[in-house]
Amino acid sequence: MLDLRLYMAQRLSAMVMAPLVLGHIAVMVYAIQGGLSTAEILGRTQGSIPWLLFYGTFVLAVSVHAAIGLRVIVHETTGLRGRGLRIFTWGTGIVLLMMGARAVAAVTML
Amino acid sequence: MSENTKTLEVSVWRGTQEGGAFETFSVPAQESQTVLDVVSWIQQSADPTLTYRYACRVGMCGSCAMMVNGQPRWTCRTHVSRVLDGNRLEIAPLRNLPVIKDLAADMDPFFDKWIKAGGVHRPSRTRHEPIQEVSPEEPGRVEANKAIECINCSVCYAACDTVAGNEDYLGPAALQRAWTLYNDEKVQDRGAILDAVSGSDGCLNCHTQGSCTRYCPNELDPLSAIAGLKRAVATSFFRRRA
Repeated sequence: MLDLRLYMAQRLSAMVMAPLVLGHIAVMVYAIQGGLSTAEILGRTQGSIPWLLFYGTFVLAVSVHAAIGLRVIVHETTGLRGRGLRIFTWGTGIVLLMMGARAVAAVTML
Repeated sequence: MSENTKTLEVSVWRGTQEGGAFETFSVPAQESQTVLDVVSWIQQSADPTLTYRYACRVGMCGSCAMMVNGQPRWTCRTHVSRVLDGNRLEIAPLRNLPVIKDLAADMDPFFDKWIKAGGVHRPSRTRHEPIQEVSPEEPGRVEANKAIECINCSVCYAACDTVAGNEDYLGPAALQRAWTLYNDEKVQDRGAILDAVSGSDGCLNCHTQGSCTRYCPNELDPLSAIAGLKRAVATSFFRRRA
């Protein structure tokens, strides 16, 4: 159930995600080791364009990657196809994007 | 046979696409017995209505493949001693294909996909032109040679879990054939091959589980062929946009 366009979108989004995942893990380790409080973390991320771009890109890549991956799983396990499968793929991507964008906005916007 | 008292308990699938059940037969065990020998004994000595398919009996024609104890095998070259579970054998029609009757699977979807994947020779020269010389050492020819011993037995197709989950998926044999043609320097329109295998039923759906290569009775490697197609298709994605 993957044509070339979807396949490349999933692979390219994975390539984008790979360094961002490592960066995210590094940030988590740093934040915990240094004992940063929520307020201190928000103090650094709010109003920060680099953090907005970092996590904004992350959310976008995840939305594309996960929606296509779930599309394959749903098709192969339930047999869903055609319009229903398209709606599921787009729906999953949009929901993930909205939830992610909300979270990113909450920690990077003033 | 009379001095040999050992018997095999053989469960054989009886039925059609609409339904059926396993029927058990006691079959005399013999030395160097193949699974096809067992099926033939049942049909000739126990129940002449048993339907199955075979032709060459020497691993060339690819018509006798069945599920043996849950795994796809070419039955004419599978010794009973290698697959016996205690003294039991379970023989069923090939997985992932419709059943015509008993052990005979309908091979139409398999061959339809072979054609859909572009596995039909499209000559680049007419009969009036000189024959194109092909060097056996040329890298494309070496790659193409790896798969030309495919006997269309459909064992890889029956072994493939991607086919089981996605009935449109072209399957390992058809895609391996496409990879062979892609590497054949006599084939001019390679873009057409990539178009045929890069759709929503094509090579990009392979999950790289490798059952095709694991079960191929001729020890071919469809998994690597599909990986080659994926690389070629992905590369073409950028080239065609450039």
